[in-house]
Amino acid sequence: MAKMILTGNESAAWGARLSKPKVVAAYPITPQTSIIEKIAEFIANGEMDARYIRVESEHSAMAACIAAENTGVRTFTATSAHGLTLMHEMLIWASGARLPIVMSVVNRAMAPPWSVWTDQLDSVAQRDTGWMQIYSENNQEVLDSIIMAYRVGEKHNILLPTMIMEDAFILSHTAEAVDVPEQKLVDDFVGEFEPAFKLDPQDPGGFGSLIMPEGPYMEFRYKMALAMDEARKEIRKVTEEFAEVFGRKYPGLVEEYRTEDADAIMVVMGTIASTAKDVIDALREKGKKVGLARIRYFRPFPYEELREIVKKADMLGIVDRSYTFGYGAALYTETKGALYGHTDKPIKNYVVGLGGRDITPDVLVKIFDNMLKIAKDGVVDREIEWVGLHGDERWS
Amino acid sequence: MRHLPIPEEEYMLPGHTACLGCGATLVMRYLLKALGKNTILSIPACCWAVIPGVYPRRALEVPLLYTAFEVTGAAISGIKEALNAMGKEDVNVVGFAGDGGTADIGIQALSGAVERGHDVFYIMYDNEAYMNTGIQRSGSTPMGAWTTTTPGGKKRMYKWEPKKNMAEIMVAHKIPYVATATIAYPEDFIKKLKKAKEIKGPKFFQVFSPCPTGWRVPPNKSVEVSKMAVLSKAFPLYEVEHGKYRITVKPKKFVPMKDYLKMQGRFRHLTEEEIERIQEEVDRNWEELLLKEKITQGETHEI
Repeated sequence: MAKMILTGNESAAWGARLSKPKVVAAYPITPQTSIIEKIAEFIANGEMDARYIRVESEHSAMAACIAAENTGVRTFTATSAHGLTLMHEMLIWASGARLPIVMSVVNRAMAPPWSVWTDQLDSVAQRDTGWMQIYSENNQEVLDSIIMAYRVGEKHNILLPTMIMEDAFILSHTAEAVDVPEQKLVDDFVGEFEPAFKLDPQDPGGFGSLIMPEGPYMEFRYKMALAMDEARKEIRKVTEEFAEVFGRKYPGLVEEYRTEDADAIMVVMGTIASTAKDVIDALREKGKKVGLARIRYFRPFPYEELREIVKKADMLGIVDRSYTFGYGAALYTETKGALYGHTDKPIKNYVVGLGGRDITPDVLVKIFDNMLKIAKDGVVDREIEWVGLHGDERWS
Repeated sequence: MRHLPIPEEEYMLPGHTACLGCGATLVMRYLLKALGKNTILSIPACCWAVIPGVYPRRALEVPLLYTAFEVTGAAISGIKEALNAMGKEDVNVVGFAGDGGTADIGIQALSGAVERGHDVFYIMYDNEAYMNTGIQRSGSTPMGAWTTTTPGGKKRMYKWEPKKNMAEIMVAHKIPYVATATIAYPEDFIKKLKKAKEIKGPKFFQVFSPCPTGWRVPPNKSVEVSKMAVLSKAFPLYEVEHGKYRITVKPKKFVPMKDYLKMQGRFRHLTEEEIERIQEEVDRNWEELLLKEKITQGETHEI
């Protein structure tokens, strides 16, 4: 195992390299570009043996991955923001075709106005595409998650694609020490790609043909739903197996941090969790009992874990780095949906950091203080609160 | 008896769901006869997404990846590169798309694919409108045609813009082989396919493919209207091999455009002046083609 200083994007490229996809389809977009640049470098230097298709759009990147994977090889691609939303049609195609493609996504804000900084709307908006979604907290997790994603997704009882998110710049362009596992260990862990079906002139099948309402369209979708449910168990199992081989233990679908005996627990996805952990330590020193639940997997959604977590505190504060216009942000509505009938504790939505606005420890301290007040009073002051808007004195 | 160079093998089976007289079925049938069993097809949204039949039936004996409307170019790129990665370089990979999926919504992915130089076939079966959705104008609809989105009306809102020339757009990509073909000349089509099979790199075919339903032509006139398109210069048959043009069917005697147009209900509204204008357009195109043939065959000093 080698210790390297890698950015999030380099970690993603290493995760791909170690997993040995045979086809990589690549199209540049800030802040993802350095992933596909690094992969190009690996291939150009003979360090990675893959066909590299320099497609003319992200839509074609996903289409090429779909076609290649359906032909019988492992594939990889990466994108951000507008590239990801351009892919939307093909994302649904990939999962519907039951192709366990793995993709890195660097979370970036959607225009207008143009912004290249972090914001999770791009991937949150892909919630319903049938992809598994992992939100990373650090560069090590970016690399390790790619390896685990291939192992989980390619199981024949799962056969679903996975996107692994990193917050733009906070991870994508920030270097930290990362353990790069030995190739042999990854080879053994991920294994050879064994397609469940493929395009083959010797066994000429058709994939994706027309189907009538009385045909098994609904059954195909039900099987996907079952596979996504099955993936919950598989993810828990694979993270255990990963720990045995690589010595790093990931917490399955949700990471809990100091949730025991907490009065208030913050629920969040991505790098805000790192800042929150420091803030929690500081607040605990002062006797403020706060904790954190970091959602690693937004899909499949960890509803069982959340039903246990809510028992540990008097309230939950759901912190979203995106917004779903019309009613509440996605993590909030999902969490509330999962907890309906399982708790009557107050739950509040905090909308933060859109377009890459910095989430400082001070901001989180204020949110935790607000959460603790709600925990004490048992009353939610505002159901959905946008934090730190210009001119809002509550948060200045 | 004269020997026809059309292989006897059939990879398209009875039981397809195409309309009566569908030209696109013959395009597929000849294509597979020429390329044989060692072929993988990718078909986007188009008539041919429906013609093979409803799941689980399929009137084709080659593997088929159905895909989204605009991605045929990307799909065949992915299939080909996956096969290359597996060391199966000898499989024919074919994108088979309609004119809308090629000239309009799929032109970006096609342009990318051929520019990258993948060793693939792309067959555009050109029925000159969005026929699967019920006869809407495409960029490949010819001048003067009625469609449901160019319905005429009091303002005579027909398709007045010239037909987008996909073959020439492909030639501009400097790919090794571009050809036009049609179902009335199957020997010509199959000969071109067999030649293309020996050429490495992207191969593009624009195949004129009559649609009796959309063109308002009796189903038994498909082949005839296809022949008339060639004889009237509406759809010349030629190939461009490494930049060199060769007109493969040069009619000894041309028929007037009027005779070709009159066969089809979609042109019934045209006035004598409009037909004259269309005649001038095809005459000019033909002259241009002759000139291109002359220039690229190395006879530039003569002009």
